[in-house]
Amino acid sequence: MQELTITRHNEMIDPLLHIWGWEIPVYLFLGGLVAGIMIISGYFVLQHRYRHTVFTTFYLPYIALALLSGGMFALFLDLEHKIYFWRLYTTFEWTSPMSWGSWILLIIYPALWVNTLIRIPEPFKGKIPLFDRLSALLHQHPVLIRNIGVLNMVLGVALGMYTGVLLSSFGARPLWNSAMLWALFLVSGLSAAAAFVHLITTDVYEREMLAKADNAFLTLELFVFGGFITGLLTSTKVHIDAVRLLLDGPYAPVFWVFVIGLGILVPLAIQLFAVNHKIRHTAIAPILVLLGGLTLRFVIVYAGQYSTWA
Amino acid sequence: MSSFTRRKFLKISAATVTVASGAAVLSKHSVTPAQAAKRPATGVQRIPTTCDICFWKCGAIASVRDGVLWKIEGNPDDPLSRGRLCPRGTGGVGAHFDPDRLRRPLIRRSDRGRDAWHEVSWDEAFAYIAKKMHAIKAAHGPEAVALFSHGIGGNFLKHTLKAFGTPNMAAPSFAQCRGPRDTGFRLTFGEDIGSPERTDIKNAQCLVLIGSHLGENMHNSQVQEFADAVGNGATVIVADPRFSIAAGKAKHYLPIKPGTDLALLLAWMHVLVQEGLYDKEYVAKHGFGFEQFAARLATFTPEWAYPETGIAPDVIRATAREMARHKPATLVHPGRHATWYGDDAQRSRAIALLNALLGSWGSKGGFYTPASMDVPAYPYPAYPKPARPKVDNPDHRYPFAHETITTGIREATITGKPYPVKGWFVYATNLLQALPNEQETIKAIQNLDLLVVIDVVPSEIAGWADVVLPESVYLERHDDLNVELFREPFVALRQPVVEPPGEQKPNWWMAKRLAETLGLGHFYPWKDIEEYFAHRLTAAGLRYEELKAKGILRGAAAPIYAADGVPLTFETPSGKIEFYSPQLEQAGFDPVPVYRKHEEPPPGAFRLLFGRSPVHTFSRTQTNRVLADMMDENEIWVNADVARRLELKSGEYVRLRNQDNVLSNRIKVKATQRIRPDCVYMVHGFGHTAKGLRHTYLKGASDSQLVTRYATDPLMGGTGMNVNFVTLEPEATRV
Amino acid sequence: MVIDTVRCVGCMDCVVACKTENNVPEGFNRDWIAYDVQGEFPTLQMEIRSERCNHCDAPPCVYCCPTGASHVHDVGGVVLVDYDKCIGCKACVASCPYGARFINPEGYAEKCTFCIHRVEEGLDPACVSVCPTHCMHFGDLDDPNSEVSTLLASRRHHTLMPEAGTKPRIFYLT
Repeated sequence: MQELTITRHNEMIDPLLHIWGWEIPVYLFLGGLVAGIMIISGYFVLQHRYRHTVFTTFYLPYIALALLSGGMFALFLDLEHKIYFWRLYTTFEWTSPMSWGSWILLIIYPALWVNTLIRIPEPFKGKIPLFDRLSALLHQHPVLIRNIGVLNMVLGVALGMYTGVLLSSFGARPLWNSAMLWALFLVSGLSAAAAFVHLITTDVYEREMLAKADNAFLTLELFVFGGFITGLLTSTKVHIDAVRLLLDGPYAPVFWVFVIGLGILVPLAIQLFAVNHKIRHTAIAPILVLLGGLTLRFVIVYAGQYSTWA
Repeated sequence: MSSFTRRKFLKISAATVTVASGAAVLSKHSVTPAQAAKRPATGVQRIPTTCDICFWKCGAIASVRDGVLWKIEGNPDDPLSRGRLCPRGTGGVGAHFDPDRLRRPLIRRSDRGRDAWHEVSWDEAFAYIAKKMHAIKAAHGPEAVALFSHGIGGNFLKHTLKAFGTPNMAAPSFAQCRGPRDTGFRLTFGEDIGSPERTDIKNAQCLVLIGSHLGENMHNSQVQEFADAVGNGATVIVADPRFSIAAGKAKHYLPIKPGTDLALLLAWMHVLVQEGLYDKEYVAKHGFGFEQFAARLATFTPEWAYPETGIAPDVIRATAREMARHKPATLVHPGRHATWYGDDAQRSRAIALLNALLGSWGSKGGFYTPASMDVPAYPYPAYPKPARPKVDNPDHRYPFAHETITTGIREATITGKPYPVKGWFVYATNLLQALPNEQETIKAIQNLDLLVVIDVVPSEIAGWADVVLPESVYLERHDDLNVELFREPFVALRQPVVEPPGEQKPNWWMAKRLAETLGLGHFYPWKDIEEYFAHRLTAAGLRYEELKAKGILRGAAAPIYAADGVPLTFETPSGKIEFYSPQLEQAGFDPVPVYRKHEEPPPGAFRLLFGRSPVHTFSRTQTNRVLADMMDENEIWVNADVARRLELKSGEYVRLRNQDNVLSNRIKVKATQRIRPDCVYMVHGFGHTAKGLRHTYLKGASDSQLVTRYATDPLMGGTGMNVNFVTLEPEATRV
Repeated sequence: MVIDTVRCVGCMDCVVACKTENNVPEGFNRDWIAYDVQGEFPTLQMEIRSERCNHCDAPPCVYCCPTGASHVHDVGGVVLVDYDKCIGCKACVASCPYGARFINPEGYAEKCTFCIHRVEEGLDPACVSVCPTHCMHFGDLDDPNSEVSTLLASRRHHTLMPEAGTKPRIFYLT
């Protein structure tokens, strides 16, 4: 039997780590959402959807930029030494996933924005001559449009992955120490984006297609969860104890009810019925998916800080 | 408290004494890490002085950076600290920066029945005090004024009061602390143990600690030597109801039942004598009454001791043999705070006898013969002879008390017998936490016409005073020369390193001004203390300028062991080590210690034990922000199984209720394997009730509040305090 | 740094010295004491350790820092923080398995610096200089004749959480 007493009493570290509050889960959710949106809209660009609808190529990127800016503002709020935030951009630290992420986030702005040049909707044509000229240029060289689609998909994957890589690089926090965390964040981001775009798009084809895609993502997410949990359960004692925080520990009720139950299983069931035309599409399933994704981030960030090597 | 109480505790508030300041003390005056990284320290002055966080007086060097106190380190020339201070000394900066310090003299005045503090000038304060003292002298004689003091800073006050004509001066360190130990050793060897103790710990090959918690009890030299002994592979034997830090270093840990140490000591001595393992040559040469002593040990077998102590007979034998194996470099440490159960002088005598059997007195690894420098006292005029003897020990009812008994003065103040005591001076000792049974202290105070408290912070005792005099902390003042009795002779200087922040004054200045106000100025023929230093040092053949620059002047080291030629003499009636003490017998006491069972806690209750933390001194440092940051509340140590049974977890809060129904403040539980199930333990000095100590007010619980019963040692008047029993109650309990 | 847990009594002098030397803010610790007790009363063993940043050779706090504020000093492998580059993202706090880092109220990450300002003057870190039991030793691990190397060669020792892969550079003698 061991009795360990330490005299350290540092704020935010003792008795357990609590350095990150709501700001980080909110950013992770918004970042994952935008990542999924980029993948989806990039795919739609490759499918030439801009020929049929202006929503995913024009309005959606602006919405994504607003969401991303909101997420980055949350990140900024979390910083303790805010006036030095620009130091992120005076260097590139290749061992630091956070450095990777801060540069990825920077590049995403122009990458997302350039989508809006592909097809400028009627009310905005002629307002800014430069944009009209650039739009015409793109249509003269269709390979550029193709590249925009690929770029968005690639950057979307990078954005969706890197936060998982970042957390999993903290060996000191066993819950995050899973090789599946990047996949979990990516697929969760995709399902949240599919639900979100399904909810707000004006195009019927897109709405149906995204509901089916969301079902695929939700199913995939269950498998990824399986891998995540199994990987930790078959690892060392600290990892077993960490994942048990979610399975039967203090975070179990929130995890099973809000993340798995209401966040995945229930909306999946609803949407399966809906895409098979047994019931009508409503906002319930997508909203549950979004809330489930947000709750997942909260649980991972909070439980991860609770998990420890000691 | 009774509604007829004339004098009430009067809170000394922040509004009265200081400008309110909130933020973390260090950051206000100091350089942040970011600033320090940019601007390295320049203009750092290093000034030697001595520490006063406890009374050990380690040589220190304070670094002052751009006029602001930065840090305090040890003086490498100092034999006591060997260049390294203890954590309290290192944290001494917090005493200087404490925002709750007393700033100006205060007088209590009553206006329409309500008492209030008034800030006054020093002259006004002394005039008031002198007037009262003269009144007391006229009505009751000068002996009716008493002094309670602790530490070297009381020396000049003693001088003034002796000049006034009173013999009644006491330090709590006798009757509340090491008195029984010194009496026990005097009866055996004819000499005190002293402070610093003359223990050669660093050379001991076997070190036996009876309840002594070296490492938590942080007397610098003792702990340094303890680490040396441990590092050298000494065998450590610890008998303690609690698995202390020292127990963690022990080869043999004996989880002894509280109150039964004397049985263990007697059984050990029995084994040594019966198996012939004692130092026969030493005993034959230096001992008196050995045969009678040996005869009386016959019944104290390990088998007899086992049910009393809980220590198995084979363990008792094995440890006794271990001690014998390493003799005479076996040191059975006499401890320090020895006032436990009321038979403490006899228990200490048993420790002395055990050492005598092992031949450690005068030996390397045992007890050395200390030396001091010859620095003559200042040639003052002769003191007036008091008309009456000291009031503390009438008719010598405690025949072996060789120092004044604080609680004796208190009793005389309460009863007025043998004669009334009407005035108290209290210097640097928080009597409410130092003396047992605080209600008696409060009762005594009610009978006083004058209570003067000299302190640095608004402690509990200050709240009861008529006059509060704010002293500057040690870093801001000179004190009397420290001419130490130690391994080698030296003299050390305490001198200011920074200015006091307010109108605080040093004790020597107060004592001199008071004497002048009393018309006794001729007892202070020097105009300032540096003149006093220069005179004494010159008379010793030393230079004050040199002492001022170095902080310490060392004398020639001389041999300290008998083996190196130091003669062993014993100031006992027989001139030898008294294994059998006829003077005890004649006084009606046991000539060889006898074990008697002590009262045990009733079912469901626990014996209350208390001790020290290495980062705090008594009840005086909890307000020091640096040290409070190390430990800002005490905990009640409860055996883990007991805690489980009582459904208590570490970190929860409880209150303690003692056998006299006194309920303590809330205290955090520490459920631990490191203590017996029949007792609980806490660190002394917390649970402050003085609101002016804003940082520590009501943090933790006060053990001294719960010490309402005490067992008085019939030999010397010591107050055994480990005789209170407590139950643990939920935090929400009210009286 | 090599620390002899046999001599250490856990007095916290190292903690106080660090506080006054480096003006560590009230409420925060760059170093601390761990009392590690095993067994059941009365058969107990206790190891006392003075702990701090281990100035690891594979420091996760340096790897994860996005601005390069957390870096390895060119001398001695000492891990330091450049306060003007730190943005206070707390990744380093999360990455340290020893809990050695904290955020100074001014906003930047702070931790033990091995008193590099003293070491560069030829002095020992404050904690080593103050220790009354002389249980702390500081020196060049790459020099086989240094005190620290000699101690490691002759005494049993361990580091903290070697399985974390950080290659900590504080050794506890037992």
